[in-house]
Amino acid sequence: MSRKINILCVSGTHEKLQMAAMFASVAVATGEEVTVFFSMNALTYFIKGHNKNAPAEGEFGKLLSQKGVPPFKQLFHQAVALGDAKLLPCSMALDLLEITADDLDSEFGPATGLTHFMSLSEGGELLTF
Amino acid sequence: MSEIKVIDACNTYCPGPLMELITYMKQAEVGDVLELLSTDSGTANDVPEWVNKIGHELISSEQIDEVWHIKVRKAK
Repeated sequence: MSRKINILCVSGTHEKLQMAAMFASVAVATGEEVTVFFSMNALTYFIKGHNKNAPAEGEFGKLLSQKGVPPFKQLFHQAVALGDAKLLPCSMALDLLEITADDLDSEFGPATGLTHFMSLSEGGELLTF
Repeated sequence: MSEIKVIDACNTYCPGPLMELITYMKQAEVGDVLELLSTDSGTANDVPEWVNKIGHELISSEQIDEVWHIKVRKAK
C-alpha cells in the first residue's frame, strides 16, 4: 500500500529545492502518492519563462550547479510524468505575485489554499523545505 | 532473446540514473532486459532497492573500471 508523502516547499534556495525535488521524484518512483505544495520564494521558479537559477545557500549549492546533478525543475516534472505527483501552487502566493495558476509551468495543478492542502495531507507524512 | 537496452547515465548524480532507468522501464515490454550504466556510487545500492520494492528482477550488478553495470529484467 502506498504512503502519502506531502512536501511543503517555501525556500527559494538551490539546496532545499533540489532536496525536495529529489524526494518527490524518488518517492513517486517507489510508488508513493506525492503532493507538493509550493509557496513563498519556492514558487517563483515555476512561473513560465522564469530562467533564473536558484541561489546557493552555501558551498553545497555551488557544487550542485557545477556538477551533473539533474535540475530540480526536471525532477519535479519527472515526478509528475512518471508517477502522477501533484504540484500545487499556494493561492496566497499567487495573489501576492498577481498571477494565476495558468502563469505557471503546465505540470502545475489549480491554485490551492492552505486549508485544502492540509486536508489533502491528512494522514500522511509532511516534509518541509 | 531480445536485445539488451543499454542506458548510459554516466556522469550524472542521484537520482538521475534511477529516473533514467524508470523512464526506459515504462517504455519496455515485460521480459525486456535493461542495462544501466552509472558512475554514481549510490546507484549501486539505490537501484537494487528500487527493483526489489517494485518487483522487477535484478540480473546482475557489477563495477567495471569506474562504471556500474546494473542489469534489470522488467517483470510486470
